[in-house]
Amino acid sequence: MIVRQVSPWGAGWSTPTAAVAQMRRDMESLLERLTGGTQTDGSMAGVFPPMNVSEDRDHYYVRALVPGIDAAQLNVSVVHQTITVSGTRQSPEEEGVSYHRKERAEGPFRRSVTIPAAFDGTRVEAKYVDGILTLTLPKPEAAKPRRVTVQTS
Amino acid sequence: MATDKTQGLQTREARDVATTTEATRPGVLLTPPVDIFEDLNAITVLADMPGVGPGELKIDLHDGVLTITGHAAAREGSNEVPVLHEYPPAETFQRSFTLSEAIDQEQIRATLKHGVLRLRLPKVERAKPRQITIQTG
Repeated sequence: MIVRQVSPWGAGWSTPTAAVAQMRRDMESLLERLTGGTQTDGSMAGVFPPMNVSEDRDHYYVRALVPGIDAAQLNVSVVHQTITVSGTRQSPEEEGVSYHRKERAEGPFRRSVTIPAAFDGTRVEAKYVDGILTLTLPKPEAAKPRRVTVQTS
Repeated sequence: MATDKTQGLQTREARDVATTTEATRPGVLLTPPVDIFEDLNAITVLADMPGVGPGELKIDLHDGVLTITGHAAAREGSNEVPVLHEYPPAETFQRSFTLSEAIDQEQIRATLKHGVLRLRLPKVERAKPRQITIQTG
């Protein structure tokens, strides 16, 4: 049954499910405000930094989002086909400040990713620009596709 | 409505100002995580915006609302094939803050380093705590 209601918040149509739907929207809205709209729980464990790995003919590329790291605190190591990115993110903040919001995760982090195929571990390049760490892993010659000429005779 | 009871700063959801600053760049629209802290002289905001360079950052101050918008273009080359995909290649970060009169808007300073935006919002003189000397005699 649809009922027209006039309330202090304005006139509108109400159905039996509208109140439940409105409550759900209010809860989601409240939850978003409490978490600042971000999906992370702020902890570094396990899921920091987010990484994308891609490849083209000659290289693998590993890109990690690690904003605000002092480059001296950033470590990249290679063991066989596993890349490990680790470091510490800390706020160089002064004494005597009071925090109103603290959503940015802080502390030590360590993340490893295994590349599906071999690469030349001695020629890995690492660049840290605008908070993105980009690792370029050259593929060995044998891993690149090569044309084989078919001979007819 | 849950708002920060900070003196001078209230955060707002990105969609509150979506009507005036639509995301017109490709990629998803994200709300960057922020740290907000305060000392005697200023309120400081730190926002994570990885992949945003100085040319891709916009700070808009309008009607007492400060909006930061940063675009991180896709880094992947066009012939790259994804192997592991945890974040979207192109992102736009946006967040808005309502400033009260306690902030001296003329003196707002912004720096961007390693994908972290640092906003310094100085307080006007009268909003700073003052010692009142007591005169005797």
